[in-house]
This record gives sequence, structure tokens and C-alpha cells, in this order.
Amino acid sequence: MVDQSIAGPVTASASEGDRSGRARIVILLLCLGLAAAVFLSLTSGASDASAVNVIGGWLFGTVPDNAALSARDSLIVYDIRLPRIILGMLVGAALAVSGAVMQGLFRNPLADPGLIGVSAGSSLGAVAVIVLGATILAPVTALLGTLALPLAAFCGGLATTLVLYQVATRRGQTSVATMLLAGIALAALAMALTGILIFMADDRQLRDLTFWQLGSLGGATWAKIASVGPIIVLALAAMPFLARGLNALALGEATAGHLGIPVQRLKYTAIVGVSAAVGASVAVSGGIGFVGIVVPHLLRLLIGPDNRYLLPASALLGASLLLLADAVARTIVAPAELPIGIVTAIAGAPFFLWILLRKRGVVDL
Amino acid sequence: MIEARDVSVDIAGKPIVAGVDFHARPGEIAAIVGPNGSGKTTFLKALSGELAYTGRVALNGRDLCAMKPVETAVQRAVLPQATTLSFPFTVREVVKLGLVGGRSGVLPGEDARLPERALARVDLDGFAGRFYQELSGGEQQRVQLARVLCQVWAPVLDGKPRYLFLDEPVSSLDIKHQLIIMNIARDFARRGGGVVAILHDLNLTAMYADRIFVMHRGRLAATGSPQDVLSDDLIEKVFDCRLRVGVLPAGNMPFVLPQSAA
Repeated sequence: MVDQSIAGPVTASASEGDRSGRARIVILLLCLGLAAAVFLSLTSGASDASAVNVIGGWLFGTVPDNAALSARDSLIVYDIRLPRIILGMLVGAALAVSGAVMQGLFRNPLADPGLIGVSAGSSLGAVAVIVLGATILAPVTALLGTLALPLAAFCGGLATTLVLYQVATRRGQTSVATMLLAGIALAALAMALTGILIFMADDRQLRDLTFWQLGSLGGATWAKIASVGPIIVLALAAMPFLARGLNALALGEATAGHLGIPVQRLKYTAIVGVSAAVGASVAVSGGIGFVGIVVPHLLRLLIGPDNRYLLPASALLGASLLLLADAVARTIVAPAELPIGIVTAIAGAPFFLWILLRKRGVVDL
Repeated sequence: MIEARDVSVDIAGKPIVAGVDFHARPGEIAAIVGPNGSGKTTFLKALSGELAYTGRVALNGRDLCAMKPVETAVQRAVLPQATTLSFPFTVREVVKLGLVGGRSGVLPGEDARLPERALARVDLDGFAGRFYQELSGGEQQRVQLARVLCQVWAPVLDGKPRYLFLDEPVSSLDIKHQLIIMNIARDFARRGGGVVAILHDLNLTAMYADRIFVMHRGRLAATGSPQDVLSDDLIEKVFDCRLRVGVLPAGNMPFVLPQSAA
């Protein structure tokens, strides 16, 4: 305040309270961070395959001394690590952006696809296809091929989100308590139905399911990327168009409408987009929790809640963090690997508790 | 011109507003007064398109029902009674949200400076960097007014008057800021815009309103200029309170009226 009177109000206040400059710098740094995370993931793993050699060979045509070793390295880097990295980035970005969008939609920083049952709904859809794909749902899987799994997960997530929104929102006001409790109820219901399906599963399906439910990027292949990649990319590409509307929504639905935002269309676009992104992510990687709540929250502390910056920054940080978590999951018990959902939960759950402690007394939950 | 004919609103099967005729002309402040629960806010919500209603509302000659949010947002801005924010926005970021529709009416390029100017208007110079949630209720109300002013900065756009809908704009303000805000409203009207304001203070209403609409149990009890409307009988009937207009307190009891402001 003192500085301002000396410097004159115009120059001193010209950027006061404007965090867009800082947001741009943070986004730039996050780009660099993601590049570093990609490099780390390419070069680390259970095998000693040298990504540096492979990339060097690819870029400069240099042939390493041992051609056989080089071919093996190339295989590991191209067909194992690279698809896994791309999938990790897609899933991380999808989960983090979905979290940010849901929080904007529900006007609450605690909304998270994993927390309020959307992921559980997606899981139910996916498990139904895995277990019943060869029997009852055979016509569906025959028709849709590899798209059956992500589509089923999408439908499960969409149904859960729609029910949740109807239950928790009255006259444009979302009751947080109702939202969280309804989420618990829906998640319990989805998990019970999933349990019935698991009960029907055979031994081989059971092993797949258990691992998949804990969350893993282990089965990443180029084919999987081809089936869910476009869904996630499309959903993510639509999200920035919601940013301004979601900002206005922070003032309440009525006020957003008064500002000229088509609120109903915004809400439905957001719900469909989130369901698509979460559904596709769950279909390929199972239940990876806490990314959607931790990433946007951290970024809001850094750059503020403006969704025009929050959404791209969430995508970048979500992708980076998931790559790092996956690197930990792959190496900590090598040559075996830990489900990545365990890593994100161990890091994310205490963080979530910290959010609650910080909020207590400040924001009425 | 805003024209409402026979507007009724039911909420959960109960009639809250019944058969209200209303109009707001450019250049004027139209004040809506009435006791608590008389349907003032509900009527304003119908007028702003927030609540479903029966009857007809026309905004500058166009049927409100046929207008999209993006179109009504150009014609009028709405200040609610209170606004809670779900995320830690700074004051500047909140005020900038008023520019989301992009039709403030200033020259291109001047939009960027508008939040400062609007904050200065509502006497919040230097507040741009503060967090909205940390402000007092009265300060928050003025931040919201600054946001609303940004939305319709020019009272006339493309030859059409624009409107401010203010729901109890001064209810949580001290007397100085009550006068500042009411002067902003009067200035907006003098420059060709229209103002619809729900007010509780009858002295402020008498001082600033060009036309008063008195609501009572969801219906219009009286309408006209302050001189016509504010009578002993009407106040007793509507507010259920025996008061007399224009009577000085006895003895040396002090009283302070906004009209005495220099």
C-alpha cells in the first residue's frame, strides 16, 4: 500500500491481483517439467535398455557397437516404454483436467471423479465388458471391437455423473454434503455390482481384474492408445472452451447466466467431457485416484482459480506426476512392479487430508 | 424500456408474485419497495430471466423468453443480494468476470483498464490485489457492483439503453457508500440507461427514485412518483406499521437524512 502511493496508482495497480503473467510462467515451467519427466521415464525401468542410444540412433543414424543389444533396446523403448509414457500422459492429463472441470462445475474444490463415484461407475462399465464380453454382451463387443471397453466405461461414468448432479443440485445450488454422500452411495452401489461381476469371473479374468482395479499402466500398447487416445484427446481439446464459463460459474449459476453464459449447455458439455475422459482413462488404466484432486488444488495455490490457465496447467502437471508415479511403480520393486494406483493413493491421500486441515474454519464445507 | 405485463411466479405451487405490471424507462430509477417476503426479489428474478414466469416481459421491445443468455447479458446486468465465491479469486479477477460477454461498450483495448476504473467508482481503489473472500460483506457487495458496472459500462449501446438490476444494492453499506452507490445508479440513468433497484430505506428511495413500485403479498400495491406513493395510509397498509410521512421527531431527538448530504 505504501509503495503504491509512491509509485502512483496507475503503474502500481496496473497488474495488482492479476495472476495471468505468473500463470503463463508456471505453464512454461510445467512444459519443461513434462519434458524432463518424459526423458526420465524413457531412460528408467526394470531393463537396462539405453534410451539414449536408441534416440541417438534414431536422430543421428549412429549405430552402436552391439547390433543385437541395440535391437533389444529399440524394442523396449519403442514398444514398451514409449506407449506406456504416452498412455501415462493421456491418463494423467485426463484425470487432472477432469478433476478441475468437475470442481468448477460443482463449485467445490473437493469434487473429484475418484472421490464422488464417477470412476467407480466407469469401472462397473469396464468390468461388465471384461467379464461378460464373451457371453451376454458378446453382440456388443463384436460390434464395437476394441471400443467396447472405453465406451462401456464412458457410459458408466456418464450415468453416475448425471445421477449425482441431479441428486446434489437444486435450483443451481450444489450441496456439498449431499454430493459427497451421494457419491459414496453411488460408488458403493457400483462397487457392489462390480463385485457381483467379479464373483462370476473365472480365475484368469480375476487376476486381470484385481490388478486393473488397483490401477496400472502396465498393459500399455499402441493398440490401446489407438482406441482410447482419440477419446481423451477430443475431450481434452473441448475443455478449454469451457474455461470462461466455468470461471463465471464460480459466482453461481444464476449470475453466470446473467453474464451471458449458456449455463445448461456448459454443464452438459462438462459432464459429457468429464465422463468421456474419465471413462477412457479407467478403461485402460483402472482406478488411479487422487490425481484429479491434488493437481488442480496445488495449481490453484500457485496461479489462482482462473480456468483458462488452470486447465492447461492441470493437463501438464497431471501428465508429469503420473509419469513420475509410474516411474516409481516400475522401479521400486523391480523387476516386479507396483500398481500405480497404490503410489498415487499413498502420496495423494495424506495430501487430501492436508487440504481438509487447511480448509477447516476457512471455508465452510 | 422494460415492460412487464401481468407477471406471476409460482414457487413449489405457491404463488409468490401475482399479476404484476411493471415498467422501467431509460433515464429513470425505478425502485421496488415492500416488506420482507412481499415478492420483490422473486419478481426481479423473473425480470432477469432467472425464474420461470407467466405473463409477458419485454426488454427493449423484445420478448425476454425469446432471448438467449448472451443477448440479455448485453442489455442488462444483475447485482444479486449477496454472492459467495467457490474459489479464491482476487478482487480484480472477480471484476474482470463482468467482461466475459465482451460488450462493456468502451473502445476496444480500454477493456483491460476497466476493472480499475470500476473499482475506483465504488470506492475500492487499491483493492484489486486482495482476495474477495477476505473482504467484509459491504466490500464484497461493492466488488460485485464493480463487476456489474463493467458488464454494461456504457449505459447506451448500439443506440439501445441498457439496464442495471440491483437487488438491495446498499443493504450492507455504511451511509457514505450508500450515497456513492445510489449516485452511481443516478448517473447511469442520467446518461441514458435504466435502473431497477430493490430498496428498503424509504428516505433513500424518496431521494433517488423517479418511480416507485410498492409490492405487498406478491401484488403491486401502488405505483407512481415518491410524492404520490409515500403516504401515511399506504405505509400503514403495506408495512403494517403506523408511521407518518414528513413529521419531524419531537424535542431535540437527532435525526440524519441522506437528503442532507452535501
